[in-house]
Amino acid sequence: MLSSHWPKLLMLIALGMSILLPVVIGLGEALRAAFGILPALGRHSFSVNAWQQLWQLPGLISSLRLTLFSGFAATIMALLLAIFGSSWVYNSSLKLSFLGRLKPLVQLIIVPVLAAPHAAIAIGLAFLIAPSGWLVRWFSPWLTDWTLPPDWATVQDLWGLSLTLGLVIKELPFLWLVCLVALKQINVAKQMSLAQSLGYSHSLAWRKIIIPQLYPLIRLPVMVVLVYALSTVDMAQILGPNNPPTLALVTMRLYTDANAQMLLPASAAAISLAMLMVVSILLWEVCVRGLMLINKVSIRSGGRASKWTLLGTTLITALPISFILGLLSLLVLAIWSITWRWSFPEAWPTSWSFDYWLQLLTEWPLALKHSLITALISSGLALMLAVIWLEVQDRFGGHFYRATLWFIYLPLLVPQIAFLYGLKVSFLRLGLSGGIGTVIWAHLLFVFPYVMLSLVDSWRALDQRYLSVAKSLGSSSWTCLWRIKLSLLLRPLLIAWAIGMAVSISQYLPTLLIGAGRVESLTTEAVSLASGADRRLVGVYGLLQALVPLLAYSCALLLPRWVTLKHMK
Amino acid sequence: MMTLLNYSRATQLSIILLMTSLGLLSQLTHANATPTSAPTPKWQQTIDQGAGDTVYWHAWGGDVRTNDFITWVGEQTEILYDVKVKQVKLSSTSEAVTQVLAEKAAGQNTDGAVDMVWINGANFLAMKEQELLHGPFVADLPNAKYLDLSPNAPATVDFTEAVAGLEVPWRLARFVFIVDSKRVTKAPLSMAQMLTWAKANPGRLTHPVVSNFMGTTFLKQALIELTPDVSLLQQPATEQAFITATAPLWRWYDAIKPHLWRAGKNFPENESIQQQMLSDGAIDIAMAFDPAAAAAGIASGLLPTSARIFVPSLGSLGNVSFVAIPYNASHKAAAKLVANFLLQPETQAHMQNINILGSFSVLDPTQFNETQAQVFADLPTSEALPTLTDLGPTLLEPHASWSVKLKQQWSQRYSQ
Repeated sequence: MLSSHWPKLLMLIALGMSILLPVVIGLGEALRAAFGILPALGRHSFSVNAWQQLWQLPGLISSLRLTLFSGFAATIMALLLAIFGSSWVYNSSLKLSFLGRLKPLVQLIIVPVLAAPHAAIAIGLAFLIAPSGWLVRWFSPWLTDWTLPPDWATVQDLWGLSLTLGLVIKELPFLWLVCLVALKQINVAKQMSLAQSLGYSHSLAWRKIIIPQLYPLIRLPVMVVLVYALSTVDMAQILGPNNPPTLALVTMRLYTDANAQMLLPASAAAISLAMLMVVSILLWEVCVRGLMLINKVSIRSGGRASKWTLLGTTLITALPISFILGLLSLLVLAIWSITWRWSFPEAWPTSWSFDYWLQLLTEWPLALKHSLITALISSGLALMLAVIWLEVQDRFGGHFYRATLWFIYLPLLVPQIAFLYGLKVSFLRLGLSGGIGTVIWAHLLFVFPYVMLSLVDSWRALDQRYLSVAKSLGSSSWTCLWRIKLSLLLRPLLIAWAIGMAVSISQYLPTLLIGAGRVESLTTEAVSLASGADRRLVGVYGLLQALVPLLAYSCALLLPRWVTLKHMK
Repeated sequence: MMTLLNYSRATQLSIILLMTSLGLLSQLTHANATPTSAPTPKWQQTIDQGAGDTVYWHAWGGDVRTNDFITWVGEQTEILYDVKVKQVKLSSTSEAVTQVLAEKAAGQNTDGAVDMVWINGANFLAMKEQELLHGPFVADLPNAKYLDLSPNAPATVDFTEAVAGLEVPWRLARFVFIVDSKRVTKAPLSMAQMLTWAKANPGRLTHPVVSNFMGTTFLKQALIELTPDVSLLQQPATEQAFITATAPLWRWYDAIKPHLWRAGKNFPENESIQQQMLSDGAIDIAMAFDPAAAAAGIASGLLPTSARIFVPSLGSLGNVSFVAIPYNASHKAAAKLVANFLLQPETQAHMQNINILGSFSVLDPTQFNETQAQVFADLPTSEALPTLTDLGPTLLEPHASWSVKLKQQWSQRYSQ
């Protein structure tokens, strides 16, 4: 009996050393700094000054309100739209309409926005909807009579509406993809036709039967979206108001303040942000459970009347709008990347140039190489670790791993900048500095939780009967893993890998700080250039940055089909 | 057709670039070969130590022209000294400070990752106070002879903080306003005029957010003009002095705020965004810390060809960009070779060339020989590039404590 614990212990130790320890050490350093201890700055004694400094920041309450509003509103909307979108994909009665023909293409339509970096979507969207932006330019001056843009707050509005919109546009494809993958594990068609034969409308059946089964499968990815929305720096910087900005941006400003002593209140802000996220997650969970309870009551009542028309109409309008805005944001960036000048109110660039693309030919091969190596290795390692971790749990069971699982998600809950400093210090103490290996390790800390998150629910939802049958037919555990689990879960596995690739490609601070600036990547180039606000350059790098994840996602979506076809033959 | 036109412009530009760099190169190698510039034994030692190394120069990477200039510097130093330069592009200089700080915390007092950093003002102060800088070394550089290092000369003071030989100046920064001369024919040349202008053109004026240094600079510029006793600003800001000195500033700001872009409730994140807004037509006045900003913006297509610079009649704030070497840098000797190369008159002339960077030289022209002076005199001009006389007097940066207090006080008053 005891021996069966060994693999699990070994696995825990391995994961602990490689993933948990660095994070905990980094976090510990931030915690110490928040309470006044930062030896490098000559601060050695405990104090709560940093917290006082933080509370006294003007506009902190507005920052908090703004953060919570945009974070929750964006997550709720993106989730509603994703679930609604999935229901539309499965709605057979719409098959004949024009939109119905788009269904097989859905996955292809969502991939570009999914793969694009957050900052690229934000910059594209900002240009699209600004008073001086593309949409206004189409109608100016012939319709609007504007030769100069009006002073309207369509971007960076004080309520964070444009920030919310940007977040919805970017997160919707992620959640939709996650939903579609999860739905493959539920026998939707059969259940729906049964429900409809009992007199439930499509939308009602979806709400009462499918959603309660779907939500548990996508719970963790929804948390990721919530956490991202609450903590985003790059989207908030471009689309959010800045006097005061969101809490994440307040933290960032403190960290990058020229006065190094500000590292102390900055650490306090980072810890507060982490606590805010934990509280938000709990709040979200409580609300969802409440809703599920209400839903259960309504399921029991057996009512067939559909009362969701208003919501339905809103969703059916919002869904295509969100996608069109996302695609237009990317399109406009692509146009900018070959623009020389484009003045208001011209609807199209006034002069074109391929200069930036040509310039890149000499500069990007090394950055691309670094990005590719780091992404391939870190996502591959993360996927491997995730599979081993889950398989160990399957074989040797245990409950306490649920608790340890939460630790894996720590890197997603704490602002990167907060624990990267401590992490950097501990890596240096270990004599690890600047190499691409260290960067890969640092990436792994962020890639692994994402891979795990996107895989874990599907893994657990795998129909255990397949395994029982296989075992009764005498297959070993290894055959079960290889021939059944991994091949049945090929799609979620590949999606998890692709998400890992995208996460790795987008890492800025870990690459710069842990790589000591020695490992230049597409993203370190792009982010430093983006601080100069040249839309043409952002266009070029944004597209390049999107390219690698785009290939990974396409591969993840197409490969399973190809494999199935091959099996059929 | 448009594409073709641009291609030809790009080709022309690259030919000019190629020619200038080739021309310079021959001058440089020539200068190096002349017996008058034979290195001292100590400097020869630096040359020998540095040879074969790569200098990791941590520098803000948001400006393509600066990045290209740094690449060019590396090409030159490789030929001259066998020293390569690798720019580590930062989005904020504090990232380099954090890097060195982390190394110090980990006890890594040698073999640091940062060899050289583009720095000034508060970041310099932070590194100096934490003893994170190598030096003094400026006087050891042969080309330091071209600098005016007399007490209180601009190259020896960084935001009122003594440079103390810890950093080498490499480009001049002057605070300027940029306008689209097609839209603004009469620029407001004082803060009082700016108020009148803002009232007449509501929503067409703004400044970068005050947590950004350009936003603070705008407030400092206004403060210098409005405060009763400018000399106070050179002292550390006491509570009482701050209240009396800034009272007129806040009265002025309260009056102008409702007429700013978005009624003064939101601000551009930094000066690049502000210039983009000028280019988009969303506002009429932008700001920069570079007299060549308009000309450079036109040359890179970021600003309309009608963009022009103006400076308040009183003059404007000026400061110097420096490079410093961290105390634990891996390649100190090589970094010194690069810093010395930056001070070469030919390098500074290349940098001042509007087709390259357009930043004014930090050197003292009285130290030039005839050929060197001629190189500067032969530099191409641009309609959008002001001459030094156009720029008027340089106003001294206030003591660093004023910026900190201005930032705090502004947030207290105007961040809700």
